[in-house]
Amino acid sequence: MGIRQNAVTVLFGPAGGGKSTLLRCLNRLNDLTEIKASSGRILIDGENILDPKTDVIALRRKVGMVFARPVPLPMSIRQNLTYALELAGEKRKSKLDEAVERSLKLAAIWDEVKDRLDEPAIALSGGQQQRVCLARVIALQPEVILLDEPTSGLDPISTGKVEAALLELKKEYTVILVPHSVQQAARTADYAAFFLTGELIEYGEGKSLFTVPKQKKTEDYIMGRFG
Amino acid sequence: MMKFLAQNRHTVQRLGFSAITLMAVVTVLPIVGTILFILFKGGSAISVEFLTGFPHDGMRAGGILPAIIGTLYLTIGTAIFSVPLGIAAAIYLAEYAKDNQWTRLIRIAIINLAGIPSVVYGLFGLGLFVLFLQFGTSILAASLTLSIMTLPVIISTSEEALRAVPQAFRTVSISLGATRWQTISRIILKEALPGILTGVILGLERAAGETAPILFTGAAFFLPRLPQSPFDATMALPYHLFVISTQVPEMPIQIQYGTALVLLVFVLTMNVIATVIRSRARARRQW
Repeated sequence: MGIRQNAVTVLFGPAGGGKSTLLRCLNRLNDLTEIKASSGRILIDGENILDPKTDVIALRRKVGMVFARPVPLPMSIRQNLTYALELAGEKRKSKLDEAVERSLKLAAIWDEVKDRLDEPAIALSGGQQQRVCLARVIALQPEVILLDEPTSGLDPISTGKVEAALLELKKEYTVILVPHSVQQAARTADYAAFFLTGELIEYGEGKSLFTVPKQKKTEDYIMGRFG
Repeated sequence: MMKFLAQNRHTVQRLGFSAITLMAVVTVLPIVGTILFILFKGGSAISVEFLTGFPHDGMRAGGILPAIIGTLYLTIGTAIFSVPLGIAAAIYLAEYAKDNQWTRLIRIAIINLAGIPSVVYGLFGLGLFVLFLQFGTSILAASLTLSIMTLPVIISTSEEALRAVPQAFRTVSISLGATRWQTISRIILKEALPGILTGVILGLERAAGETAPILFTGAAFFLPRLPQSPFDATMALPYHLFVISTQVPEMPIQIQYGTALVLLVFVLTMNVIATVIRSRARARRQW
């Protein structure tokens, strides 16, 4: 399965299909859990990231992740955005400020928070928090952005804002999204992959997969016959 | 009877609540009673001379400065050894240790350490620090003995405070390219700090009030001067109280209660500080 640059690839299917697990393999976040049985290869820029010699810190800076529940770190909005950059060694204030503004704009939240950057991030609404979390990932200038049901806890308006931000993001980044509904999958997907109980059933361009799926199982799921 | 209960549910409920409230009040009585009693009996002994003078006339007059300073030294000494070690152990147990036989063994050891009677610590300190390591009867030996006694309290409260910090912070921080240690030092420790401090203070408070562990390891019956180095023995409030209550005949009673009052204030002040830290942190907490 190849994933296109500068496009939104959607991994969808019923719960327990291994979408999140796959996502967490892409930045080796599964290292934190007891799941150790990964075989095969995942190539990013021609390098197998499952190789034990991989620099996971560098990998995670290259492959950012947004989680289902917004988790602002217990600090100000600004610090949330600069946290990872400072750990990566960036000390110049001008660079940091620049990154804060640029990423908040890309995540479509700049106008709402520009006057309160030094307030605690937890004070924002859930939808705002999630876009700050997205901006936090963008601040690192990754190559790939992983989103694991990023709108599952959000209202339709916030969801719309996040989805609109994704359209902007894919111009610069490779986006891999686990959507929280088939509708969201259909709305956002340039490419879509259907997973069922840990197996990849079908993978193809979003438009054709959602209108004329090749596999019976994919069709059944999209039509809402199960799942 | 059953019929009465069924018909008067509200009355029964009110009776029940009243009984529970009464029990809650009863538990408060001993502490309030103790404080008032000590205050009433010993308040008259408190004076500038009592707090800043040396005892004289066979400790039947004068002040208790050396005992106050001694307890301060012992508390600080205990903190120097037990706080870094205890927090380090808690970080290991909460953040790094896997759940296996080895860590279970460590945990069992800590729990058992907490259950050992304090006089046994005293004897152990005498054997290890005073005699074997030849620190003599000294502040150093007493502080080390108190440290061992305090460690389990600090370790278990600190571990609990660390575990209370949401797992999501760790996952997010790691996913942003932070190492485990960066995550702990920049986020987790900061969030757990109020809980850790509370544990530290409660542990030290217990150390400050103990008599048995310092009995054979560092406490002196009477010293005409303040200790000059960690290798000197020292007077200390709890031991001084024990001495003047049991070993000195014709001891004026208000000096005994005055000493008890000073010790009580010392310990309660630490308690209040812990409470203030905790409630402030709770108000500021961002999760």
